[in-house]
Amino acid sequence: MREFSYQRATDVDGAVALLDADPDARYLGGGTNLVDLMRTGVERPGRLVDVRELPLDSIESTDDGGLRIGATVTNSELAAHPQVRRRYPALAQAVLAGASGQLRNMATVGGNLLQRTRCAYFTDTSLPCNKRAPGTGCSAATGEHRNHAILGASAHCVAVHPSDMGVALAAFDAVVSYETAEGSGQVALADFYLPVGDTPHRETALPPGALITAVTLPPAPVAAHSRYRKVRERASYAFAIGSAAAALEVADGVVREVRLAFGAVASRPWRAGTAERVLSGRPPVASVFAEAADAELAAAQVLEQNAYKVPLIRNLVVALLTELAEETTR
Amino acid sequence: MAPATASAITLTINGEHHTLTVDHRTSLLDALRERLDLTGTKKGCDQGQCGACTVLVDGRRIVSCLQLAVAAEGRAVTTIEGVADGEGLHPVQQAFLDLDGFQCGYCTPGQICSALAVLDEHAAGWPSAATDDIRPEAGPPELTPEEIGERMSGNLCRCGAYVSIVQAVARAAENTTGSAAGGTTKEPAA
Amino acid sequence: MTTTAQPTATTARHRSVGVAHTRVEGRDKVTGAARYASEQPFADLAHGWLVLSTAARGRIRAIGEEAVRAMPGVLAVLHSGNAPRVMTDYVSLLGPPDPTNALFQHDRVPHIGWPVALVVAETPEQAREAAEALVVEYEVEPHDVAFHADRPDSYVPDDGNAVLTKGDLEAELAASAVVLDATYTTPEQHHSAMEPHAATARWDGGRLDVLDANQGAMWVADELAKMFSLDPSSVRVRSEHIGGAFGSKGLRPHQVAAVMAATVLQRPVRVALTRRQTFAVTGYRSPTAQRMRLGADPDGRLRAFGHEALNLTSTLRPFVETSAALGRVLYDARAHHTAHRLVDVDMPTPTWMRAPGEAPGSFAVESALDELAERLGMDPIALRARNEPTVGPLSGLPFSSRDLLGCFEEGARRFGWAERDPRPRLRREGRWLLGTGTAAATYPSGAAPSTASVTAEADGTFTVRISAADVGTGARTALTLIAAEALEVEPERVAVRIGDSDFGPAWVAGGSMGTRSWALAVTSAAAELRGRLALGDGEIPPEGITAHTDTAGLLAELAKKERHSFGAQFAEVAVDPATGEIRVRRMLGIFAAGRIINPLTARSQLVGGMVWGLSMALHEEAVRDPASGSHIGADLAGYHVAANADVPVIEADWIEDPVPDDPVGLKGIGEIGIVGVAAAISNAVWHATGVRHRDLPLRPDRVLRAEEARTGA
Repeated sequence: MREFSYQRATDVDGAVALLDADPDARYLGGGTNLVDLMRTGVERPGRLVDVRELPLDSIESTDDGGLRIGATVTNSELAAHPQVRRRYPALAQAVLAGASGQLRNMATVGGNLLQRTRCAYFTDTSLPCNKRAPGTGCSAATGEHRNHAILGASAHCVAVHPSDMGVALAAFDAVVSYETAEGSGQVALADFYLPVGDTPHRETALPPGALITAVTLPPAPVAAHSRYRKVRERASYAFAIGSAAAALEVADGVVREVRLAFGAVASRPWRAGTAERVLSGRPPVASVFAEAADAELAAAQVLEQNAYKVPLIRNLVVALLTELAEETTR
Repeated sequence: MAPATASAITLTINGEHHTLTVDHRTSLLDALRERLDLTGTKKGCDQGQCGACTVLVDGRRIVSCLQLAVAAEGRAVTTIEGVADGEGLHPVQQAFLDLDGFQCGYCTPGQICSALAVLDEHAAGWPSAATDDIRPEAGPPELTPEEIGERMSGNLCRCGAYVSIVQAVARAAENTTGSAAGGTTKEPAA
Repeated sequence: MTTTAQPTATTARHRSVGVAHTRVEGRDKVTGAARYASEQPFADLAHGWLVLSTAARGRIRAIGEEAVRAMPGVLAVLHSGNAPRVMTDYVSLLGPPDPTNALFQHDRVPHIGWPVALVVAETPEQAREAAEALVVEYEVEPHDVAFHADRPDSYVPDDGNAVLTKGDLEAELAASAVVLDATYTTPEQHHSAMEPHAATARWDGGRLDVLDANQGAMWVADELAKMFSLDPSSVRVRSEHIGGAFGSKGLRPHQVAAVMAATVLQRPVRVALTRRQTFAVTGYRSPTAQRMRLGADPDGRLRAFGHEALNLTSTLRPFVETSAALGRVLYDARAHHTAHRLVDVDMPTPTWMRAPGEAPGSFAVESALDELAERLGMDPIALRARNEPTVGPLSGLPFSSRDLLGCFEEGARRFGWAERDPRPRLRREGRWLLGTGTAAATYPSGAAPSTASVTAEADGTFTVRISAADVGTGARTALTLIAAEALEVEPERVAVRIGDSDFGPAWVAGGSMGTRSWALAVTSAAAELRGRLALGDGEIPPEGITAHTDTAGLLAELAKKERHSFGAQFAEVAVDPATGEIRVRRMLGIFAAGRIINPLTARSQLVGGMVWGLSMALHEEAVRDPASGSHIGADLAGYHVAANADVPVIEADWIEDPVPDDPVGLKGIGEIGIVGVAAAISNAVWHATGVRHRDLPLRPDRVLRAEEARTGA
C-alpha cells in the first residue's frame, strides 16, 4: 500500500474542494471496498478525504412521497429503516442479502454504488485486466468466468457489478445526486453506469471529483409490494451469481405495473425494461412471466461457463413474480 | 512540503485513551495488535472476508481490518479485552465457554464481539436476510437458529463450531439483559 | 520446604475421563488472552514480507533489489543471490522436506507462488509496500497446470502401497450381474485455517528461538536444526496456541524466512503470511479423478471392487493423495484392485489436508456404493451390510475392533431411515425438493512413539510436559483428563504444558494419531511417577519429582491388526431445482471410535469434521487460470468455506467401541467426521432430484445444468 495523506472532511464543499485540487485523491466512505483494493494494490491514491462525518446520514421522505437517502447512511441503517421496509421492501431485502452485519455497519450508500467488480482478475494485479490496466486484455473472457456477465458486456470486459442494493435501486428508478466544485447535479441510476464498450475502466457518469450526496427514490406505490431474491454459492456472506428485484401490482386480472431488475448479470444493475413491457397488461401467470424473462434474456451472450445464468434468471423471474401475484390475488 | 503520511492520534479503546502516531496505512486491527499489544482481536484475512477482527465501534460491530486507525479517532472502540467485567465473564463469553462454541479459538473473539452486536441489533428490531416478513409492522423476528445463523454468518469458523456457536448465542440471549454491547443500536426513527 | 503430595488413592476413584469438561485454555480463548503465533511483543522486532513468483515456470533473470533497499524502513532483501545456504537432503519425522521450504537456494521457478525474495523492514506497512514494489524479472517458460482424468503422462508412484490387488478384477466384473463404472472428481482444496501462518525468530543467548503456530513443535525444531545445520539442542520452537492447522502447519516458508532474516540481521524478525500467500505456499489437497468399477451379484455381494485414483503433484516431489486406501478396509470382494496414479505438473506441491485420502476417496467409494444399491434395487445400508468383512479384505489381519454396522443401526434408528421411500424426486416442500442419503466412514487409528514427563510438584499439583499440539482438537484438555485419571487426582490439580520443543520428541497433531500417541506417553509417565511416589516417603522436594517416558517400546509390542475407527453418516438436503441451491437440512453421524475422553470437545471435533464434509460437498474449490497458472480468487471470498448459515443442526454421537488389546483404548477422532459426508450429501441430492452428481462441489450451476439436461431444455 502506497503512503497517503488523510483528511477528515466536515462539510461537503470542503470535501469537494480537496478532491478538485488533487486528482490523486479519493473519497473514503466506509472503506470496505477501497481499503481492501488499496491493500491489494489495485487502488493507489495519494490522498484520502474521509467523508464519513459529513452531514449526509439521514433518510427523509420527500414532498412528493418518495424517499431521499443520504450518501453516508450505512447499509445497516438503510435496511433497518421503517420507511424503507414498508415502502421499498425489496431494497431492504437486497441490502440485507449483501455482505455481513459488520460490513453493512461500515458500508455507505454512496460507496455501495461505486464499489468495484469482484472479478478475480481485476483484484489480482499480476494478471491482465482491461478494467484495472486498460489495454492489457480481458483474462476472464477466455479464463474463469463462471460468475461473469451475460448482458451488456463486451469483448473488452465481462465483469459484473457486485451490488445487491443497486439492483433494487435500479428497479425503483433511483436518482443519484452529487456535488462538484462547479455545483450540484443529478443523474438517473439508469444512466449512472456507462456502457462497457472498449472503456471498461470508465465506470460511471459522475464528473471527476464528484461526491455522491444522496440517492432519491421517487414515489412508487408498486414498490410496497416488492421482493428481492439472491442466489449465491453459499447461503450467506457471498456475492450473487444471479439475483432479481421484482415489484408487481395486479388489477382486474392483469399486470398493471411491474418493476424488474437483475443482479450479477452485467457491469451494472440490470433494469429489465423489455420484460416489463412484455408483462404490462398481461395476465399474471407463469407462462407470461417466462415469456417476459425470455424476451429480456434474448439479448444474452453467454460464455462457456456462465450459460446457466440464463435459466437461473428466467426461473427467478417466474418464481418471484408468481409469489407476488399469488399474494396480490389472495 | 509533502503532506503528512502519518498522524498523532488518540484512540479510545475499552474506555482508555491511547495516544500514538500512526502511519495512515495502519488499520485499526494492526494498531491494536502491533502497537497497543491488544492481540485478542485476530487477523484472519485482512480483507473483510472472515470476521475474525470484529470489534465494536460506537457500539456497532465492524471489521477492524478495513477500518483505518486514523479514521477511528474520536470513536469508542470495544475489543474482546473489554468485554468481561473484571474476572466475571460476559454471558456471551460464558455461553461460548460452557457450550464449546469454538475449537482453535482464533475466530472466537470476533464471534463473541459479533454476538454482542447481534443481540443488540435484534433488540433494536433490525431484520435480517433470514427474516420472512421485514415490514416494521411485523415486529422483531424470533431469534431462531436460522436468524442467529444468518446474523452470525459474517464470522467464519474453519473448525466448524457453528452448531455450538448458534447454541451459545441463543443461550446468551436468554441470559443477557439490557444492551449486550453497551452500544447505541437503536430502531431508526420512522 | 517440602510438602506431602501423594496421589490420593481414595475409595471413590476420580472419574475424569468420559465426563464433559470445558477446555482448560477456554477462558483465555474467550477473553482474548490466548496468544497465537504472531502475538508476542518484542522490542526491536523487524517484519519480513515474502515475494512470490507470478510466473508459473521459468527462471529469475533479475531482482530489482537496489530500488527497494532505498525505500523507507527497508532493512534487507533476501533472495537466491544472497540468502544463507541451507541443507535439503535430510529426512524429517514425516519424510523428506517440502521443497518449497528451501528458500532462495537457486534461480529456478518451478511453479506459481514460488518464494523468490523476502523484504525486511521496520514496520509491516513498509515491508509490504517494499515487497510489492520489488521488480522481479523472469525468463518465462511454457507451463502446464491442467489436471484431468485422461492425462496420458500419469504414472504409478514408486511407493509400496500405490497398488494393491487381490483376485482377477476383469474376470469378476465380467461375471457380475450388475456393474458400475463411473468416474468421480474432487477439486483442489485448501486448508484455510483461520489463523494465517506466522512465525517470529530470534537468536537468544546462542539459541535459535522460534515462536510459531504448528502441529508439532519438535517436528519443526528438528527440521530447522537440520536445514540450518544447527545442534538440535540449540533450537527451540514454541507453539502454545494454534489457530487451526488441518495439515498445513508444519515447516513452511515463513519460519525458514524468519530464521534467515533473524540470522542475517541479528534481531527478532516476524514473517506473517497474508491470506492470499497461505493459499500459495502452505500446501493444499490435490484435485482427484477417481474411477470406480464395482461388480455385484444380484443379492448385492461384491465380486469386484476397483478403485483407481489419480492426483497431481509438483515437478519437485511426488505426493500421493491416498484416495484408494479406504476401500481396502471397508468392503469385502472376491477381487480387489485399488491403485494410485500421479501426474507431474507445474503446480505447488500438495500436502496432507484433513483426512488425506479418505476425504476425497470416500466421495467416490460411497457415491458408487449408492449408485450400485440403486441399480440393485437394494437399500444402501443393506448393501454395505452384505459386504462387511470379518478380517482386513486385503491384509487378512483381524480388526482390533470394528462396529460399522452398529453405527448404521443406531444412525438409521435415530435418523428415521426405515421410513425412507427409496425412489427419487418424490418429496417437495414449497420450492424445495427433499432427499436423504447415507454413507460409511472409516479412518486409520494409528500411534507413534512420543515422550512425556510428569512432575509431582511440591505444592501438591502435577505438571505434564509433552511436545504435543492443540490445534483446536481439545488435546490439551483430553491429556489433562487422562493424566488426572492416571494419577487419580482431580483434573484441577493437573497442568498440562504443550507446544514446546524443549519437552522432547513427540508425534504431531496429525493423522488422527496425536491424542492417542500422547495419551500413551502421558499414561505411562504417570504410572511410573505413581510407582516412584509409592516407594518414597511422601516428601516432595522443591524441584518436584519427575518421571519421564518414551513409548517406542510399548508401541513395538502392540499386535499387528487392522486398527480403524468407523462411522455412519446421514444427511437430509433440500434442492431448489429452479435456482440450483442446495441446503443441508440436518446431519447425523454415529461413530465407533474407541473410548471418548471428553464428550464435550469430542462432539465438537466430530461435528466440525462433518461441517468440513458439508463444506467440501457444497463449496470448496480452488480454480486455476489456465493462461497464467494462477489460483483465481485466492481469498476467503473466492475460496468459499461453509458459513454459519450453511450449517444446520448437526448431531454427532458414538457407540461403545472397546479395543481390548489397546493400552489406552482410544482412537483418533480428528478426521473420521469428514469421511463420507460429501457422499451422503450427494446421495441425498440424488434422492431429492433424481440426478447423480459425480463432480464436487455441488454448485448451483451444476444442479441447474443437470435440471436443464433432465427436462431436455
